[in-house]
Amino acid sequence: MADPRPERVRSLHINGRAVTIDVRGDRTLLSVLREDLDLTGAKYGCGEGQCGACTVLVDGAPVRSCVMPVRAVRNKRITTIEGLEQDGKLHPVQQAFLDYGAFQCAFCTSGMIMAATALLNKKPNPSESEIRASLDGNLCRCGTYPRIIAAVKAAGKALRHES
Amino acid sequence: MRANHSIEPERYELLAGPSYSFELDRREFFQFLGAGILVLSLTEISADAQQAKAEEVGAWLHIGEDGSIRAFTGKAEVGQNTRTALVQGIAEELRVAPESVTLLMADTDHVPFDAGTFGSRSMPDMLPKVRRAAATAREILIDRAAELLKVDRANLVAADGRVGEATSGRSLTYGELAKDQTLLRTARTDQGALTPASDWKVMGRVLPKVNGRDFVTGRHRYASDMKLEGMLHGKVVRPPCFGATLVKADTSAAERLPGVTVVREGNFLAVAAPDSATAAEAAAALKAEWNTTEQPSEHELFKLLKERAEARTNSTKGSIEEGFAAADHKFSATYTVAYIAHAPLEPRAALASWENGKLTVWTGTQRPFGVRRELAEAFHIPESRVRVIVPDTASGYGGKHTGEAALEAARLAKEAGKPVKLVWTREEEFTWAYFRPAGVIEVASGVKKDGTLTAWEFHNYNSGASGIATLYEAPHQRVHYHRSQSPLRQGSYRALAATANHFAREVHMDEIAHALGKDPLEFRLQNLTNPRLRTVFERAAEAFHWGKRKPGAGRGFGMGGGYEKGGYVATFAEVSADSGLKQVRVERVVIAFECGAVVNPDMLRNQVEGAVIQGLGGALTEAIHFENGKILNPRFSRYRVPRFRDVPVIESVLVNRPDLPPAGAGETPIVGIAPAISNAIFQAVGVRLRSLPMLPESIQS
Ligand code: FES
Ligand code: FES
Repeated sequence: MADPRPERVRSLHINGRAVTIDVRGDRTLLSVLREDLDLTGAKYGCGEGQCGACTVLVDGAPVRSCVMPVRAVRNKRITTIEGLEQDGKLHPVQQAFLDYGAFQCAFCTSGMIMAATALLNKKPNPSESEIRASLDGNLCRCGTYPRIIAAVKAAGKALRHES
Repeated sequence: MRANHSIEPERYELLAGPSYSFELDRREFFQFLGAGILVLSLTEISADAQQAKAEEVGAWLHIGEDGSIRAFTGKAEVGQNTRTALVQGIAEELRVAPESVTLLMADTDHVPFDAGTFGSRSMPDMLPKVRRAAATAREILIDRAAELLKVDRANLVAADGRVGEATSGRSLTYGELAKDQTLLRTARTDQGALTPASDWKVMGRVLPKVNGRDFVTGRHRYASDMKLEGMLHGKVVRPPCFGATLVKADTSAAERLPGVTVVREGNFLAVAAPDSATAAEAAAALKAEWNTTEQPSEHELFKLLKERAEARTNSTKGSIEEGFAAADHKFSATYTVAYIAHAPLEPRAALASWENGKLTVWTGTQRPFGVRRELAEAFHIPESRVRVIVPDTASGYGGKHTGEAALEAARLAKEAGKPVKLVWTREEEFTWAYFRPAGVIEVASGVKKDGTLTAWEFHNYNSGASGIATLYEAPHQRVHYHRSQSPLRQGSYRALAATANHFAREVHMDEIAHALGKDPLEFRLQNLTNPRLRTVFERAAEAFHWGKRKPGAGRGFGMGGGYEKGGYVATFAEVSADSGLKQVRVERVVIAFECGAVVNPDMLRNQVEGAVIQGLGGALTEAIHFENGKILNPRFSRYRVPRFRDVPVIESVLVNRPDLPPAGAGETPIVGIAPAISNAIFQAVGVRLRSLPMLPESIQS
């Protein structure tokens, strides 16, 4: 049931910037990103937290934005796929997905990259089974899982070299 | 005859070919493309460019005065990396880097007619067309250079966007050669101009997805990401079950919401609103009353399919009675497959806009021209007033041939007088799209003591005729496909019915081998002469170490293979299972695949592996459950598709045949995995699984 006097959210912190909005607090973060802010990198795949296509980072942790009310992320740092690239340089995870051809239709790609980024931030050298376990909530209907695993491993290596 | 006119019988959702025909207007072409050199690739070998009918053109390629290279095709990119493969072919023939080629796909106002991106036809049909256009353009450029430089054309070489003479070092760029030209030619139709596989520099190699950067940055806009100024969001109010009719609808509450448009026409009830939240609210506020009638349910499905069956195709060889009379052993078994959903990660989506009586729709479909026709018919306007644009789309697997979302968005946009975007929910996609047909397959066979097949009888009810013919040498055969009336809306799926037919055939072959105490590989090869199929079986067996290793306790090995759409496949699987089949895991898969010359080995591998993984779902867990016209599991939490945890170790052996033209690879590699798993489970625990999915109960999320 819709809240009769829904509380409103007027600003969010996204990709390092404060943005001004004015939306009902019970809207999903995904719909606000896509519709109000035209950040369409996060995708709708199921709306029930089952596919991971909508994954974004909230204070560095992967979140299913399709089931996250926007009021819950008001004072948090949100990162979307659009915020990964820095000064025209791809983030190592993005670069690895490109290098390993870790997609076909690529509809799962943003969510995969965000989930993998969160994993590698926490654990720069994950084992294969850790990668599988932490990405298990992200679906790839084209079945590119083995390549995604390879890309995540390579990205981990690149990140370790960077730091 | 155009190859893509031969549409297989089970593409139920497809309409017939194009009904229009108009002369190509040379002036219009150059007005749109600018001056330069234009090459048309015709489907009709004999036709010439000046008189070609629009529908005879398969592709065109233009070299502009600025040296730009643009090619145009009606194929759509639906995740199989067709774009990249076609760009590779063009770059190869024009001797340029792939980055300098722009390929415009699937925009019905600007590309030649195409029946659709399905049936693994993009590689065998479209690749040669764009290559011939590019090769012809290269020859024209060389001719022009010979003329301008006044040298013998034999001394000229095209490379890196220039034509030059090695000895003098003089050269001209493609742009200089195209300057002030309005040259229209048809592409050579012979193979002569094409670069042989042995000389390939761009083709036959790994080339990453050409626009890959747009995808890893989230910049690419799928249809569901598109936006137009003043656009509304649409939502359809669905009936409670199939076969329902709309009796009454109280639209007043919805219409009172700000900016909301309501459409009610026949059984179509929908709203458009300035944002999706308001659209959802308006849809919920509509009070609709539906008249429902009793609809079939899953428990009676296989019985129904047989009761409603009629014989459709009918192929016999020898006399089946004689074949059984000559047999020492006879076998028979029944196999079934459930309805499954394509479940592309991007649900159907469309953005529609009317301007001055012309409709433009952006939508994810495998058949842009088919959808244009659907729209023209629905709105009673000529096809020339409809433009369908397909942004590179998030996959179809055979599931996006139709234009439901396009029609719905266009209907709403017409009423609202504003552009409308409509994105199906996952539940809608699971319910109102079409399904891979369910089916019943009955097989009876006869063999001699030594393992020679004498009789092969095969009846497929409803699921379809693709891949129904056996490549095993049985002298006496009766193979029937019985069309039936499906209780659910059904249509194409990756590899069509070839998956079901291969499942039944390859499990049955295994059953015979075990009953005779023969090695399943030996038994197959004993009855197989087709050299290409033998090769993939042998190559896969070698990589799998078949016969060299014994499975451990609770483990089993199995195989399945066959032929479809120009591709030959053999898949071997190792599974672990417990006797109650509570814990079943596919541990390792070896797949050998041959589809002629390999154009891009990495992408081929990607397709082959992807097919194996997608095939795991249909083999083990995916099934649409329905009761009285309602889908009971329209969500990913109730419809279990393969996830990371399910992925086995996969080794793919790509058998390259540079002497043969490349065939498509998007479909055939899926057909061997289900029987391989079933046969491996039998070896592991002695249980014979003859129904797909094999483990319908194991729905855990
Ligand atoms: S769309 Fe959010 S998990 Fe699927
Ligand atoms: S690449 Fe298509 S869903 Fe992952």
